[in-house]
Amino acid sequence: MMAANDLGTRHQRRKTRHCPGSLAVFAAVFAGGFLLSATAQSADESGLPAPSLDAVSFERDIEPVFAARCHICHGPAQQLQGLRLDRGADALRGGYAGPVIIPGNSAESKLILMIAGAIDGKIMPPAGEGLTEREVSLLRAWIDQGAVWPDSDEHATPDADETTAHWAFQAVSRPEPPAVRDGSWIRNPIDRFILGRLDREGVEPSPEASRATLARRLSLDLTGLPLTLEEQEEFLSNDRPRAYEDLVDHLLESPHYAERWARFWLDLARYADSDGFRGDSFRPHAWRYRHWVIQAFDRDMPFDQFTLEQIAGDILPDRKVDQHVATGFHRNTPTNTEGGSDPEEWRVEQVINRTNTVGTVWLGLTVGCAQCHDHKYDPLTQKDFYRLFAFFNDLEEVDIDAPLPGERGPYLAALADYQRQRHQLLEEHEVFGRKPPWEAKVLYAADHPGESADWDVSFDELRTYVNLGERIIRTPPERRSVRHEKALTDFFVREYGRVLPKEEYAELGYKELSEKLKALDESLPPFGEAQAVHLEERPRQTHIFLGGSYKSPGIPVEPGVPEWIAGPAEPGVLTRIDLANWLIAPENPLTARVTVNRVWQELFGKGLVRSSENFGTQGDQPSHPELLDWLASEFVEQGWSWKQLIKTIAMSATYRQSSDVRPDLKTKDPANVLLGRQERLRLPAELIRDSALAVSGLLDTRIGGRSVRPPQPEGARRMGSTGDGGWKVSEGSDQYRRGMYIQYQRMSPYPLLTAFDMPDTYESACRRGRTNTPLQALNLLNDPVFLEAAQALAARVVTEFDGVLGDRLRQVFRLCLARDPNPQELDALQTSWDRQRAILEQTPESVERLFAVEIPGVSQLDAATWVALGSALLNLDEFLTRE
Amino acid sequence: MNVMNPLECQRILARRRFLSDCSGGLGAAALAHLLGVEGRTAVETPGTNPMAVRQPHFAPKAKNAILIYQSGAPSQLDLFDPKPGLEKWAGQALPESLTKDLKLAFIKPNAKIMPSTRTFQPYGQSGMEFSDWIPNLGSCADDICMIRTMHTEAFNHDPGALLLSTGVTQFGRPSIGSWVAYGLGSESNDLPGFVVLGSGRGPSAGSNIWSNGFLPSAYQGTRFRSVGDPILYVSNPDGMTDELQRARLDTIGELNEMRFAKTGDMEIAARISSYELAFRMQIAVPQLLDFAGEPKHILDSYGIGQEPKHAYATNCLLARRMIEQGVRFVMLTHGDWDDHKELDKNHTKNCSIIDQPTAALVKDLKQRGMLDSTLVIWASEFGRTPMAQMDRQDEDPGRDHHPDCFSMWLAGGGTAGGRIVGKTDEIGLKPVRDRVHVHDLQATLLHCLGFDHERLTYRHQGRDFRLTDVGGQVVEQLLA
Repeated sequence: MMAANDLGTRHQRRKTRHCPGSLAVFAAVFAGGFLLSATAQSADESGLPAPSLDAVSFERDIEPVFAARCHICHGPAQQLQGLRLDRGADALRGGYAGPVIIPGNSAESKLILMIAGAIDGKIMPPAGEGLTEREVSLLRAWIDQGAVWPDSDEHATPDADETTAHWAFQAVSRPEPPAVRDGSWIRNPIDRFILGRLDREGVEPSPEASRATLARRLSLDLTGLPLTLEEQEEFLSNDRPRAYEDLVDHLLESPHYAERWARFWLDLARYADSDGFRGDSFRPHAWRYRHWVIQAFDRDMPFDQFTLEQIAGDILPDRKVDQHVATGFHRNTPTNTEGGSDPEEWRVEQVINRTNTVGTVWLGLTVGCAQCHDHKYDPLTQKDFYRLFAFFNDLEEVDIDAPLPGERGPYLAALADYQRQRHQLLEEHEVFGRKPPWEAKVLYAADHPGESADWDVSFDELRTYVNLGERIIRTPPERRSVRHEKALTDFFVREYGRVLPKEEYAELGYKELSEKLKALDESLPPFGEAQAVHLEERPRQTHIFLGGSYKSPGIPVEPGVPEWIAGPAEPGVLTRIDLANWLIAPENPLTARVTVNRVWQELFGKGLVRSSENFGTQGDQPSHPELLDWLASEFVEQGWSWKQLIKTIAMSATYRQSSDVRPDLKTKDPANVLLGRQERLRLPAELIRDSALAVSGLLDTRIGGRSVRPPQPEGARRMGSTGDGGWKVSEGSDQYRRGMYIQYQRMSPYPLLTAFDMPDTYESACRRGRTNTPLQALNLLNDPVFLEAAQALAARVVTEFDGVLGDRLRQVFRLCLARDPNPQELDALQTSWDRQRAILEQTPESVERLFAVEIPGVSQLDAATWVALGSALLNLDEFLTRE
Repeated sequence: MNVMNPLECQRILARRRFLSDCSGGLGAAALAHLLGVEGRTAVETPGTNPMAVRQPHFAPKAKNAILIYQSGAPSQLDLFDPKPGLEKWAGQALPESLTKDLKLAFIKPNAKIMPSTRTFQPYGQSGMEFSDWIPNLGSCADDICMIRTMHTEAFNHDPGALLLSTGVTQFGRPSIGSWVAYGLGSESNDLPGFVVLGSGRGPSAGSNIWSNGFLPSAYQGTRFRSVGDPILYVSNPDGMTDELQRARLDTIGELNEMRFAKTGDMEIAARISSYELAFRMQIAVPQLLDFAGEPKHILDSYGIGQEPKHAYATNCLLARRMIEQGVRFVMLTHGDWDDHKELDKNHTKNCSIIDQPTAALVKDLKQRGMLDSTLVIWASEFGRTPMAQMDRQDEDPGRDHHPDCFSMWLAGGGTAGGRIVGKTDEIGLKPVRDRVHVHDLQATLLHCLGFDHERLTYRHQGRDFRLTDVGGQVVEQLLA
């Protein structure tokens, strides 16, 4: 077996590293298959020490060996590989790889083979002296005599593990808001928790931010857009006591609220418009899931329902199409269709991705750590991981008909003619005659790999590029759905050339046929489809994957949830509906806490638990545990309403504080853990662009719909082939739609998104970075999109604003920053205006380029100066920041 | 790791008058942030300078690195690892005993063996052999440390490229260049610390191989492009003259300073600094691309202006110029070498592109005395099979992906020139001795740069991550 020594890798060395002295000799002897008969024992035909003929006492001969040599790894404290040798029932059940003790058959019991070093040179225990031959003989005898474990009928209860005592695993309480010294600051219970802590630390809260700042903060937080001048006006002139609440309500009712908070969810849902990997194929229907999320937020769908539909929408009783569309959540996994890849490997990767995503999004746990071994820190065994995994293991990806209102009629009207034309094309090109024998040969290759390279490739391509390809071709034609038969036929037309001489293929004209069929498809009126999932026809048995490798299945497991959280009451095989119900059950300590913490994070820049992705024992402690619980219980009590939760937080005095840094807290609380102030937060990538388009009046405010492709600089996309269909720039106002609609190609994202920390969408992202780099500066200074915004802004200034220069400066400043400039700032603006105008006076060609339009009565020089000045405003830190 | 560089300190002082005006309080605090004294906690503390120079774990041989990534997997059997033994098997399938554990992407294990069409000859004192496709690389033999027994788990391009550059076959982890920038910062004040240059088809796994993963995005590789702006948006927009740009920056700076005075937010100080660096970059980048100061014999040695190698040659010369300017890590990608068919034709072309400029880069670095402190790495995601791939009877053959045994080489930066590490079997199917896993190579590269690969870590989602995942050992044989 030892082909080559390894220079570096430990992976290989590990096996023999712990084999010192006598142990190594012992191992080598057994591995060699013979035994030195230096002792009284003799080897039987298995090459193992023969079973002892003495009477075996479990208490005297067996248990002490387990206790001394095995329990450290396979005992109460830990159960490596799922094996536990201190309790009979567990020991006889075995580990993740299956039973290790076969009563009556010691020669094939893995326990014996492992202690004798008879499997691949591995030996147990891995450290210290090996077991003596006598010990092995006695163990063999004990197993051969039936492996009787005196206590094995004792019903073991799970040990109370200290890790389950971790705060986040305790039931959510409903703490009483504490008393505070100064009740006048309090606006709602949130403030009591915050002020209570500030009191204890001897810190005063910050004063309320100015009304202008509050209005801008609310608008950006709740809708992701700056206030219009009219909205600013209305708020500032509203002197009713509930003016602030009016604005909150107004913004929560805005359709842009749904966009802003859908984007928050899409990060968690790892939404993208393409597969990722080498092909990075565009997903034409992915947007339907995004659309669903926007609608859900717009209707304020309660979070429990929101959870249920995304996790299990396909199997709900009386399922509606919309609920099925919600399962597009599971379709956001990356997909590898690289030629030559192993479909099973990548199917498993997707299931793992789905499992990890649910763990992160709802439980705030790094369940993925238990893919290869029991979680090192949290009470999650490898078995727990694969029981969660099992919920998603029998999912099949399916694209469903999901017509939008108004689509069905025109589509049906055109269908008959389409079918006739398609049939005719196929007939003209002998498809009906040629396809059946081709299918037979592909099937033959599927069952006889290695006989013919070209047919092997045809089969591989079918599996890789046709959704459910192998299943379709194995289904008799008369039992295939129309959709499947069409997919197979289209593939046949594309692929047939591989197995024909080039001339014959050319003569058949299949290349042209393929294009004609595509054109015909495109001529059909749109009929919405969506990416969804459904159950596979036959349930799939899940196994633990030893070492996390799909090639090493261990014991079978059924769908289930970690036992230390009260599980579903129903016995029997659990479904994803049970999983969803368990996630949103009142007893589940994690879901509500994790979710309210993320909303808090959106509104304060960081969560009460800073590690919003990890509530496990390695995560951060909550800064205000009682407040976290109060919010979690309030969220549930208010019917899991997002809007109610957001409003509660936004109404608090805590939220309304000024975000100015407090020199007095520089050493006491530099990270603002106590929340004695708000935070200044740089806007997310999309919102920076949205803001520039909004203040300049360019923004197309339509809600939802397909992804759009704004212009990109030449060569910005990945060189060579990409699956983005050539990035055909969207027409008309589509390129001015909000950033959340920009087509997200995983392999070549739109540059602005990458520059400003948009997550890469391969896995669930719980918090975005807020970096500050020179490339961002270049992006905002020099990207034509931002110059165009400055030009539109200038056009607004010269056509909409009146008054003298100072008035206009004030107005454009207010438009961009929602506040009046102070005298010092106004002075700087004035100086800047003069300076830029003077430069432009000397460079008429710049004037022409910066502002090409001639507007009657408007000086082009002035307009160009406004472009230059406006673009500076769009680059201000304050413009990019919610204060 | 948190060392203040006094020169940088002075520069910043001179640059930021509003900071130098205040000797205490917020001004000093902001300055400290700009200098990156928070070091490793950059991501948590807004306003730090993440590219401040930092010291590694121990005194390194190499200060900088150039990773030449030959994407798509060149054939080691036709470039670096001569196998006359293939002739014996030509046209035959290997016995099952040899192929039973083989996992291949496209061909089946019973595909026919294909000898190389190349002739090999020994070069230099070391007598290291190179094929007649790459005589210029051959002339660098005594500076090259050849590894013939590389192996990897991945047998598809994207996972292979990811393992090579990020240590795992999945997306989302930081790339080696990001790790190095994170560990060392950058000596360059006007250029990004981690730069990516590309020619040919885009590399496997795309921009993910220069991704910062979960590290702060300041450590992301900045791609120099061959089309349009060399760095995206480095040129002023149409109509914006340099004078207007300066006026614009002054306006932004002045208003930002006022806001800083009002809010005390260090993030604004950092933004001011970022804008100034952006402006300096706008000046430095065109200078970097201006080869007017390079003597003709240097330009000719790289093959500048000669097709088909011009684009790749330009990148090689740029790599040297960037290293001179203090850029920490240059990743140079070229591809595509993925010749499942017509290997002879396509490899001939690719070799005619890469041979001369790559050799010129090594020699140029050497004659300038920079090779000792610059680690050059020739890498690919895997190699190619001894068996032929022929999907169609009417096409010339190629070779399939081969992850079990392939060649890479290193030069400079404390590595052992003229040495061959590892021995492969008579047909190049498997290593016979001294296997080197990709993680081992990564551990060794980090070692050359002064890092213990197990200690260069970053905490993410409750776990300390590192480039070498859970593997890797420094390969002493590669070191001088």
